[in-house]
Amino acid sequence: MSLLQVENVSRHFGSLIAVNGVSMTVEPGELRAVIGPNGAGKTTFFNMISGFLTPSSGRIVFDGEDITSLLPARRVWRGIARTFQITEVFPELTVRENLRIAVEVASGYRLKAWLSSAADDEVKARVVDVLTMGGLADKADRLVGELSHGDQRATEIMMSVALKPRLLLLDEPTAGMGDQETYNITQLIRKLHKDQKLSIVLIEHDMRVVFHLADRIMVLAEGATLAEGTPKEIAANESVQNAYLGKAA
Amino acid sequence: MNAFNNKRAADALVWLALLTAPYWMPLVGGYTELGTHVVILGLAAMALNFLLGFTGVLSFGHAAYFGLGAYGAAMTIKFLVPSTPLAILDGVLVGTVAGAVIGPMIARLRGVYFAMCTIAFGQVFYFIAFQWSSVTGGDDGVSAWHRMPIDLGFTSIDIFNDNKAFYYLALTMFAVAAGVMAWLLRSPFGRTLLAIRENERRARFLGIPVDRHIWLSWVISCLFASLAGALYALLNDFVDPRALRWDMSGTFVIMTVLGGMRNFWGPLIGAAIFIVLQDQLSSHTQNWESFIGLFFVLVVLFFPRGVLGLIKRKTTQ
Repeated sequence: MSLLQVENVSRHFGSLIAVNGVSMTVEPGELRAVIGPNGAGKTTFFNMISGFLTPSSGRIVFDGEDITSLLPARRVWRGIARTFQITEVFPELTVRENLRIAVEVASGYRLKAWLSSAADDEVKARVVDVLTMGGLADKADRLVGELSHGDQRATEIMMSVALKPRLLLLDEPTAGMGDQETYNITQLIRKLHKDQKLSIVLIEHDMRVVFHLADRIMVLAEGATLAEGTPKEIAANESVQNAYLGKAA
Repeated sequence: MNAFNNKRAADALVWLALLTAPYWMPLVGGYTELGTHVVILGLAAMALNFLLGFTGVLSFGHAAYFGLGAYGAAMTIKFLVPSTPLAILDGVLVGTVAGAVIGPMIARLRGVYFAMCTIAFGQVFYFIAFQWSSVTGGDDGVSAWHRMPIDLGFTSIDIFNDNKAFYYLALTMFAVAAGVMAWLLRSPFGRTLLAIRENERRARFLGIPVDRHIWLSWVISCLFASLAGALYALLNDFVDPRALRWDMSGTFVIMTVLGGMRNFWGPLIGAAIFIVLQDQLSSHTQNWESFIGLFFVLVVLFFPRGVLGLIKRKTTQ
């Protein structure tokens, strides 16, 4: 069974049609990139999958269950985690505390006033695992708000990973970053995809990142699907070149 | 580690000062009731700060739950049973239940809308107490009763005539409340509240049902505010609608901001400054409130993190 099936979703804002009848199927273990020029409806499309917006029409099925109008928190409980275009972290807490909150919520402890020392040790060990996986171990006790943009983004991604998601949604993970930071984040995503076997859908502007990472690419333009295929097929697609890649080059 | 030791030292200092207050206060020109006043209103402000400083939600109507606690305690002794423990229990119950029922209606609101609705609900209780004179005594309040000695079976503690004994009763309640709040803030649940304060969107997309957690934090806050209210009624052997009015809510907010709302002890320090200033100024001028207002404005302008925020900055430099 497919992990995620988006069936013919649309979203209107008043008379503006942001997304118009887009479908997408993501298989378990796949890394799917969604690209398209500014205003193509990528973020709106994304927000409907994560529950930030509800579709005006269409259906979203996650692991066989219809989640079209489910609240965000409930989608998280079913295994959909996301990051945002503008990094969303807890700036006045340390990296360790940021990750600890995610680990505790993922372990079902969010209403606990007390943890047994065994549970506490387990949480701490899991936090160290996630810190190490994200290359954040040496910054664990610094306030997230004091870190570089790249490290803040890595913290946000690792918080989502700490939730043990079955599908990770990344909204422009390298937006606003320099070459080195872009490289680091790209390597991190690659690691999560290859080593942790995470299924990932990402929106990205940086074509080097997209063609380096993606198993399949979907191109949106003016709210509709322009093309879909492997990176090779997309690179060779004439309408994509005209609409998008041509202009960028 | 240094910050950790500083925190331990600060905790120890606060508890030492509180435990010995009736003995050192007269030496610096104070008196026991002044200390009791600080502890009780400090508790109310700390209850407010559980919501404001550690969940990131501003209530401008906490006097409602404080006042309900006060009326609950006063009316229990006057009309039901002459028992101080039952009066406290009743007051807490009334305030907490009211908070729990009103909570779901406001927990989905944010920012100024939340603050406005808390004021509105607060004023509802004020006008009920003000108008329904046959039960509440209206503007005259509930008087002609007093706190009762606590009977422990083998001995009885005369908290009515012995001011020190009442101070230590209030301090015991304060200690339990502060202990529970500190404990909660160090728990997984407490960390979800910090998460909501820091970044609500992130909290929601970690799978925290934000409105429900705000409601819980609100109920806990109302519980301790009504405990403070019950003690306040017992301290004065009297309660009137001013305990419920919006300016009382404002006083809690001022105390909290004065002391520092990101600090656990901030509201207590703020309450101490406020009450001592009030005590000193009101013997010289009727316009003591304008001086406190001026002081408040200066603190907000120059030390936005409150008095404790300033001390913290000085010690870390």
